[in-house]
Amino acid sequence: MTATPRLPAEFGDLERFADRWSLRTESERWAERHASSIEDMRELYDAMFPRVDDALAYCDRFPLHDLPDDARNLLHLALSFVMVSFPVEVWNGPRIPDAGDATLDRVVSPAV
Amino acid sequence: MARFPKPLEGSWTEHYPELGTGPVSYADSISPEFYELERDAIFRRTWLHVGRVEQLPRAGSYFTKDIAVANTSVIVVRGHDGEVRAFHNVCRHRGNKLVWTDNPRAETSGTARQFSCKYHGWRYGLDGACTFVQQEGEFFDLDKADYGLVPVRCDVWAGFVFVHLDREPEQSLQEYLGPMVTAIEDYPFDRLTERYAFRADVPANWKVFMDALQEQYHAPIVHRNQRPENFEAHQAGFEALHYQVDGPHRMFNTPGIRPWELPDDQIKPSEKLLRSGLFGPWDQPEFHEATVIDGMRPGGHERVGVALFEIWPNFGIQLWERGWYHTYQHWPTSHETHGFEWNLYFAPPRNARDVVAQEMTAVSLKEFALQDDSLVASVQSTLGSGGLTEFPLGDQEILCRHLHATAQEWVAASLRERSTS
Repeated sequence: MTATPRLPAEFGDLERFADRWSLRTESERWAERHASSIEDMRELYDAMFPRVDDALAYCDRFPLHDLPDDARNLLHLALSFVMVSFPVEVWNGPRIPDAGDATLDRVVSPAV
Repeated sequence: MARFPKPLEGSWTEHYPELGTGPVSYADSISPEFYELERDAIFRRTWLHVGRVEQLPRAGSYFTKDIAVANTSVIVVRGHDGEVRAFHNVCRHRGNKLVWTDNPRAETSGTARQFSCKYHGWRYGLDGACTFVQQEGEFFDLDKADYGLVPVRCDVWAGFVFVHLDREPEQSLQEYLGPMVTAIEDYPFDRLTERYAFRADVPANWKVFMDALQEQYHAPIVHRNQRPENFEAHQAGFEALHYQVDGPHRMFNTPGIRPWELPDDQIKPSEKLLRSGLFGPWDQPEFHEATVIDGMRPGGHERVGVALFEIWPNFGIQLWERGWYHTYQHWPTSHETHGFEWNLYFAPPRNARDVVAQEMTAVSLKEFALQDDSLVASVQSTLGSGGLTEFPLGDQEILCRHLHATAQEWVAASLRERSTS
């Protein structure tokens, strides 16, 4: 017995990331990034990189503000790809070097 | 040898002789006494940006803005007649903060037909008139007409809502902003309505953080790791195209970087994949022609990638070449702390690809901003130690020089007024 898939069937290869990384808000994605190892983030990055174009093309079959749940989960996964891009490509870790304990909270985001 | 020509005087700084070229005092950023003086001398005498008209879409739409430096909170509300008005957010009965949700120390927004006080139920219309007093008969000779909300001067420029805490401001908002700033009013701000907002409590004086945003001399150093080592723009150091001051306001622009024209080894793979990054989404809105305005290039340069306008005292508007903009605002809370508000505005996304591209820009900018944020905390932690309060500023730091000169001048003028009155 497997749980109901969260992503569209043709993105089954990404399903293993959905529970952890299909996150609606930037604060959740930011927190997950900081709770993750560089290896975890690189795994997501490497799996997503070749699939992002297809994922966005899939989402764009629907009106942006009326996405079915599985397409919305896919979009949120793409937003997590964005979140881990600096850690993977530049910082080689979840933290911004020399950023100390500075915070900058996202308080308004578009509703998607 | 300058890459971009400077004024005939030989430098931007000497083009404005009143600024001088000597070391600049930062005593204005570490002194509790100076902060106390700034409250009256600056924040009660200037037009203060508090929000955008898109936050007030219909009659009854309102938001509150807490202005700690002036010891007040204001309500900004759109009336039944469509007018935007502002009032001190305080009940006339016994001084309770009138409008708040859940937490009296937090700002709020929403839509209302009227405002009722949470304490004893007095009510006010959207025009500020007192409309209801609970158990009115218990009061003595009370005429509700005398107990309307206290109005705050409020005006709108280019969709930006400003308030002025002096009941009779010396200048209208338009006069106050002056020709350099009002030259950008044709920018299509009203079409760039997709908003990303950030907030931070910053352990630094408000002017110290503004300094980090109004010079880019620091960029090749602080942000060096964000770019490949062979990134040409960083190797050359930083020069702006043009600096200008107009009264208490200031601006600069730069050619910017066009990642969409750079070779692959100078951009991040995800930037190329998502067609977006620090300099914004690469694909422009349909109305991008409307975003190319002369006001962004007062020096007459053909290619301007970024232009920052700092509106005195605490509000910055930064326009980017690809048809989007962001604003900075710094609200002092003490001589060594302030609240930072940062809003990014894009065209409404057409599809999921646009959403991801905008997110890419918002995420990339945050990576940079947190470094700046941390750096200004570092500056504040040692400013003044060893008796050091005077610092040499270079020509690329002319706007920092102008900000401190302006703050010191306004405080001095206010002290002169007090001693003669």
